[in-house]
Amino acid sequence: MAILKTENLTYTYSPGTPYEHTAVDNVNIEFEKGELVGIIGHTGSGKSTLIQQFNGLLRPTSGTVFVDGQDIWAKNAKIRELRFKVGLVFQYPEYQLFEETVYKDIAFGPKNMGITGDELDARIREAAAFVGLREEHFEKSPFELSGGQKRRVAIAGVLAMRPEILILDEPTAGLDPKGRERILGQIKDYHKQTGGLVLLVSHSMEDIARYATKALVMNDSKIYMYDTVDNVFAHAQELRSMGLSAPQISSVFSLLEQRGLPVSSGIYTVEKAKEEILKLLAKGGEGNAQ
Amino acid sequence: MEKDSKIISIQNVSFSYESTDPDNQQLIPVLHGVSLDIHRGEFVAVLGHNGSGKSTLAKHLNCILLPTEGTVFVDGIDTKDGEFIYDIRQTVGMVFQNPDNQIVATIVEEDVAFAPENLGIEPAEIRQRVDDALNSVGMYKYRESAPHQLSGGQKQRVAIAGIIAMRPACIVLDEPTAMLDPKGRREVMSTIRRLNRENGITVVLITHYMDEAAQCDRVVVTDSGKIILDGTPKEVFSNVELLKDVGLDVPQVTELTYELKKAGIELPDGIISVEECADKLEELLRAALSEK
Repeated sequence: MAILKTENLTYTYSPGTPYEHTAVDNVNIEFEKGELVGIIGHTGSGKSTLIQQFNGLLRPTSGTVFVDGQDIWAKNAKIRELRFKVGLVFQYPEYQLFEETVYKDIAFGPKNMGITGDELDARIREAAAFVGLREEHFEKSPFELSGGQKRRVAIAGVLAMRPEILILDEPTAGLDPKGRERILGQIKDYHKQTGGLVLLVSHSMEDIARYATKALVMNDSKIYMYDTVDNVFAHAQELRSMGLSAPQISSVFSLLEQRGLPVSSGIYTVEKAKEEILKLLAKGGEGNAQ
Repeated sequence: MEKDSKIISIQNVSFSYESTDPDNQQLIPVLHGVSLDIHRGEFVAVLGHNGSGKSTLAKHLNCILLPTEGTVFVDGIDTKDGEFIYDIRQTVGMVFQNPDNQIVATIVEEDVAFAPENLGIEPAEIRQRVDDALNSVGMYKYRESAPHQLSGGQKQRVAIAGIIAMRPACIVLDEPTAMLDPKGRREVMSTIRRLNRENGITVVLITHYMDEAAQCDRVVVTDSGKIILDGTPKEVFSNVELLKDVGLDVPQVTELTYELKKAGIELPDGIISVEECADKLEELLRAALSEK
């Protein structure tokens, strides 16, 4: 059974006014446990409106969201508990830190769930370890930390709730390559260890290519594609026409393919590209030897 | 008098911040003896990871920060000379990362008029400058819009127009695309390139996007408060190992050619564009496959 599912999900902003705008239009999708899904789409394509309905921050105009088979807006559903199950990390989450110490800030979520004592302490330490924060950071004010560290505190605050579904809205925006790699590596480790569902909104196709198992493309308030990363990046041309950019490597390989060279499709990482080129060159060499 | 071809000359500049911790008052050094000349009409990218000193360096270019040691000359004027601070700020305009923090008015054209109004320019001249500036960033048709109705890329172009309206000789942009989506990034980059090529404005672009640096004439790489590389994009991106060591990426195509070379395949150094990479690989593959 899908852990997260939508049926005819539609969200309209300011209905009945001249500013009426349907940001999510009749979306039907199912996510399975264990996937790490990259969500891509240009600004205004409906990504953020979609994910904000997954943990009940926005109530759909029509249609249904199911978490673990439960309609989250059903009469007897408990939306507060749902938010513990579906953790949402916003863009620039470091602006939401507010406690006096790093430790207290991470504790805020699990404490609200009613967790106390040793269990609380264990969760804080576990979450801090996931994002690479050490004991020496615990008693510091979050405002003394660097931008990248602050962001990791904010993410730890959500991880400490041990959500079954973790949603991150552009967790690497504004970070340098090292900071990006670090946070994405930690998210990937978390995903591997917990086996839950992770949804990752990103503008960086390179990052999605490296870390995600599947990719969801939003365009004009609708789902344009939901498939394996290989299959999605095989449509490099279409992605570009939507205002997205395919990874450089996939653009190189679609050019080679257009020029009639026998390259495989679905190549978008440096590693795979290297293998493919070496394989083709070796083939040529073998032919020569015979 | 003939104008010096150097618009900015940074001479042996060091800079330290004062620690904000009251119990531990010490100086935190950020720049160490940096020297750099920027010539009129150049399009220079400054690359470096967070904390490498690139933004601190940028803030020295229009008197937001003054060097602890050494000197910065803007159009021949020492930035420490307080008398000329407004001249320097008219010569070098700054654009920052977050467009929302830079827009002050509720209507696009009023926002762009803000700086020339402050400079005490005649109303008719202001009208002309605002129209020119909005045209040059492709935002003229939005002149009567409210900034909050615009996309991130559009807002950033309005912020750039606000600077252009002062008619600066040089603009310094500190990660202007970091908060934008790919479309917004492309809009802003093509605007900057056009301002450089068509209006002859000197551009200093602080970024950590390698593909943006690859579009510039010259790339300067900072690490630990020093300049470690300075050259054309091709020259700089040939140093794959060094760039990775200092926490930077290289463009995917550069990395691929580097990896292939390591595996013994003959390819030129410093391939930075998709077309160039595809051309070279096509050559290689055709040669190998025709040997069959």
